[in-house]
Amino acid sequence: MGNKLTTSHKVLILKVVIHLAALLPLFNLYYLAFNDLLGADPVQRVIHFTGIGAFNLLLVTLTVSPIAKKFKKGYLLQVRRLLGLYTFTYAFMHLINFLVFDLQLAWSLFFNEVLKRPYITIGMIAFILLSALAVTSVNSIKRKMGKSWQRLHNVSYLIVTLVSVHFYWSVKSELIAPLFYILLTSVLLAFRYKKIKTLILSMFGNRTR
Amino acid sequence: MLIKISKSYDLKESDVTPENVYLNRRELLKGMGFLGAGALLANSASANAIDWFNKDEVTKFKTTSLDYKVDANADKLILTPESKVISHNNFYEFGAKKNQPSELAQGFKVNPWQLTISGECDKPLTLDYDDLFKIFPLREEVRRERCVEAWSMVVPWIGFSLADLLKKVSPNSSAKYVVFETLHDPEQMPGQADRRLGGGIAYPYVEGLRIDEAMNPLTLMSVGLYGKTLPPQNGAPIRLVVPWKYGFKSIKSIVSIKLVSEQPQTTWHKLAPREYGFYANVNPNHDHPRWSQASERRITSGGLFSRNRIETLPFNGYGEEVADMYKGMNLSKYY
Repeated sequence: MGNKLTTSHKVLILKVVIHLAALLPLFNLYYLAFNDLLGADPVQRVIHFTGIGAFNLLLVTLTVSPIAKKFKKGYLLQVRRLLGLYTFTYAFMHLINFLVFDLQLAWSLFFNEVLKRPYITIGMIAFILLSALAVTSVNSIKRKMGKSWQRLHNVSYLIVTLVSVHFYWSVKSELIAPLFYILLTSVLLAFRYKKIKTLILSMFGNRTR
Repeated sequence: MLIKISKSYDLKESDVTPENVYLNRRELLKGMGFLGAGALLANSASANAIDWFNKDEVTKFKTTSLDYKVDANADKLILTPESKVISHNNFYEFGAKKNQPSELAQGFKVNPWQLTISGECDKPLTLDYDDLFKIFPLREEVRRERCVEAWSMVVPWIGFSLADLLKKVSPNSSAKYVVFETLHDPEQMPGQADRRLGGGIAYPYVEGLRIDEAMNPLTLMSVGLYGKTLPPQNGAPIRLVVPWKYGFKSIKSIVSIKLVSEQPQTTWHKLAPREYGFYANVNPNHDHPRWSQASERRITSGGLFSRNRIETLPFNGYGEEVADMYKGMNLSKYY
């Protein structure tokens, strides 16, 4: 074996890989879409690509801590925030694609659709919660929040649940992909079974704080 | 004698990137794959495998030029480019994704073909492949097509009136409805063989019309588009075009037309009766439960920014020709 990489090198390499893997497809997508090289309906394509991309990234983000625990690779936790922020970026573009390219800034139609269509409503709730996590990911804010930071960021379990329902409700008849994603979501949540049980109990039981 | 298509089409087509260029671009994007869970998704992985396989093994379906009477009003509407009409299709028999039919249907065999017209009529009839193009003089009809998913196209169809065909079989007085059926051939139609590809709908695909709707001069049996016979992804060799109804009514690759006395059970209506009605007339005032039908995106040439969201018109703008048939009907109840 050659020289062992230091932990900080490993983290750096991982971060570079994450940046490339998240950004290159996005640049490629919009390059093709703006130049009408993305099939007959680029609007639908960019909406679906960023939506499923956000979901993929969210699942990857939630995979980090079980893997770090299982294989005792604590340094992996250092890339969680970056993955979470790319999840937010994709979700943000998903929303922008819907508002700007699909509805073409018809604001009243946008608000109507958000309020009237359950699958869009819960997608929007998931996005608002995700935004709260993105904003509070800044170090200084995180420090100021103390213990309530972790409490807030446990909301990611709720977000992933909402997102899987959003996907399931959005399709016409092809249920296999959404069901597969619900399965993945369930597996990731199952790793946190005890934690989630405690969280739910503390919501209904007597609060200690 | 071949009648040349007017030059306005050529202009439109020249605006468009050649099909092979953008197909390659899309492969590039697909091939990039995606972080983590995306790569594990069996669904897209197998679809890609089929795409690659298909490209290597199967040559492109051959369409041939048709003789037809040109639509004199053709230049009143901006046509959707041919490359988009033949690459963006809802034809679940060849895959539930929009790009799949154009990729998975190229080996489809349309000759020999048999279309039977039977049921409540005096002179049932069976047409062979060649009959489809010879039984009546063909004419071009440029029509707006509105999908229930809130996008639309303008397509220069070629065909003949369904009314002419039905008159030939002499319907009797019990003929109140017409039922259409798509070919059922899982060996040729991968979506019928594999639920994952076929989107989980029941096959064969069935659609229906009331007899007066079927007899309306707007109701077209189409055997071609853009001057040539239909490509398989658009419903070769013969399909229905009912331009004032949502696209799922315009059934493709028809093998049977039957005159019946009762309203038939149709495919999408059976699957989700609250979302898809039997009538399915384009109606901006009756939303789909999950999205608004008040407006639509017209698919033309150009990228993300050039797509136009336009108001959806009652009966897709064909009210003058068809609204009388629904006088006194509650169109929110009979959607």
